Amino acid sequence: MNIKLIMTIAKSLLLARWKQTLVAAVGVTFSITMFITLLGFMSGLNDLLDGLILNRTPHIKLFNEIKASKEQPIDLSDKFKGSYHFIHSIKPSNARQEIYNNGAILKTLKNDNRVKGIAPKIVAQVFYNVGAIDVTGVINGIDVEAENTLFFFKDYVTKGIYINLLNVPNSIILGKGVADKMLANIGDVVQVTTPKGDRIQLKVVGFFQSGLQELDKVQSYASLATTQKLLGKSNNYITDIQIKLNDITKAPAIAMEYAKTFEIDAEDIQTANSQFETGSSVRTLISYAVGITLLIVAGFGIYNILNMMIFEKMDSIAILKATGFSGKDVNAIFLIIALSIGFFGGLFGLLFGFGLSSIIDQIPFNTAALPTIKTYPINYNPKFYTVGITFSLITTYFAGLFPARKASKIDPVVIIRGK
Amino acid sequence: MSQIILQAKGINKSFHDPITIQILKDIDFTINKGEFVSIIGKSGCGKSTLLYILSTMDTDFEGELLIDGESTKNKKEGQLALIRNEKIGFVFQFHYLLNEFNVLRNVMLPGLKLGKYSEKEMEHRAMEKLKILGIESEALKPANQLSGGQKQRVAIARALINDPLIIMGDEPTGNLDKKNSNIVFDIFKELAHEFKQTLLIVTHDNEFAKSTDRIIEMEDGRIIKF
Repeated sequence: MNIKLIMTIAKSLLLARWKQTLVAAVGVTFSITMFITLLGFMSGLNDLLDGLILNRTPHIKLFNEIKASKEQPIDLSDKFKGSYHFIHSIKPSNARQEIYNNGAILKTLKNDNRVKGIAPKIVAQVFYNVGAIDVTGVINGIDVEAENTLFFFKDYVTKGIYINLLNVPNSIILGKGVADKMLANIGDVVQVTTPKGDRIQLKVVGFFQSGLQELDKVQSYASLATTQKLLGKSNNYITDIQIKLNDITKAPAIAMEYAKTFEIDAEDIQTANSQFETGSSVRTLISYAVGITLLIVAGFGIYNILNMMIFEKMDSIAILKATGFSGKDVNAIFLIIALSIGFFGGLFGLLFGFGLSSIIDQIPFNTAALPTIKTYPINYNPKFYTVGITFSLITTYFAGLFPARKASKIDPVVIIRGK
Repeated sequence: MSQIILQAKGINKSFHDPITIQILKDIDFTINKGEFVSIIGKSGCGKSTLLYILSTMDTDFEGELLIDGESTKNKKEGQLALIRNEKIGFVFQFHYLLNEFNVLRNVMLPGLKLGKYSEKEMEHRAMEKLKILGIESEALKPANQLSGGQKQRVAIARALINDPLIIMGDEPTGNLDKKNSNIVFDIFKELAHEFKQTLLIVTHDNEFAKSTDRIIEMEDGRIIKF
């Protein structure tokens, strides 16, 4: 088969009816444009929402859960071995929330090459004193620098300078909600009460806004040292170790390993936040469904136009066959017509899709919940573009398949004698 | 004895819709190289049907057809297309030029399909054919800007492009006025006598038929004189 000749014939037929061709191609272009934009926007939004949680959630969290001991004294007694023990009203003992021997654990983790970084943390329950009212809250004692590199702490400090937490002794960064409740401004001194009843004064150096209002109404941040002082603990007291891994998918396995090695509770991100992954995948699925629907509609358009073209070009097809073009050649001609509509329509679709995405990317999008976001989020994943052009070729191929077969089956005798 | 180009052996054909009518009955004849043959007969006698069987386009018949000594039986559609491309040239009542292409391109198409020569050579050959037919000056015009007579001459040039063994014509002058008919007659005569081109023309014009080497006359699906 002489491909070059087939191509030139296909091209001439296409250009002879360039208006119809254009309409067909515009259909494909439109659907690919919408497909790209929709997916880019949708997955940009997904990334944003996931990031909201995932960026600031450790891949693995090591901590001591408050719970009753699995082994009660009676279990240790040889006398009652093999018996079933009915014990009522078990309470957790006054177990330490502190991570025991954390120096050694931190050292081991630092040497583990699967670990990207670690940030120790203290979670301290406090009351914020607002005049006569006490508001319950939590102060997170953090390693400011590690917290910033691993969890982008700086991005969420909307007012004030995060590093002042280290530079100013006895300082605190208040959650936006807490600050509003306490009517506190930067530079003010606020008072908190620890569960043990100690009252401590802290200087406000910034406001923190996570995007989750419930959190911001409760949480504040202070440096590790300040928090230790607040609780009256020594300088090796920490309650949590947050770990970020190089490969997030390995989190459950590694969490299990750490729990065993360090005899500690370990929670991985997949278990803690499974609902986010579900949400993301459903949203992506919807975008794909809409995009593909658009393409199929465009495919019907192409089918119609090709059918019309074959009807109009009956004579040309007949003479091509009479002069020695086989059914296969004719089939190829119409398939090439369909595929070139798909290819060029799709190509422009990718360009316009990219353009439209870029425009959406510039639209201001300010919301109190998302302090770091200034414009609508867009994901420019090349995967969408590959999928887009592939789908446009596949749809147009199938749209062309039946008309092309019909054309290849045209009997020249019927056409020529019918004149 | 001269070489046999086309041989029909006991060709029968019936139409079955709505009732079975036998349209061709025991057609037997041969055409030798260089012959100028016309088929005449009243309208409806089956002469066009016969031509389309001989052209390999219609494969629904009984009997055997040999082209250049080769039977067309059991050949696939693609192989028959190749035979048409290489060995048979067509001129129909209607010109069937492709309006999307210019005259030169129209003539070249079957040649490009055969792919025996490069595109440059093909162009040269197409121009030569157009020269024979006296329309080389129209070569670069779009096909739909030509007059009816000119279009038919382009169609003849297209039939000639692959130097076919035989040119078949189905009432090639049927759509033309007297003057243009005469031009086309003269072209066929010239092709037959000067270029020794084998020609098989279906016509109902007895005057035209008289100037051919041999007349095959048909009536009611039978050959009654040849």
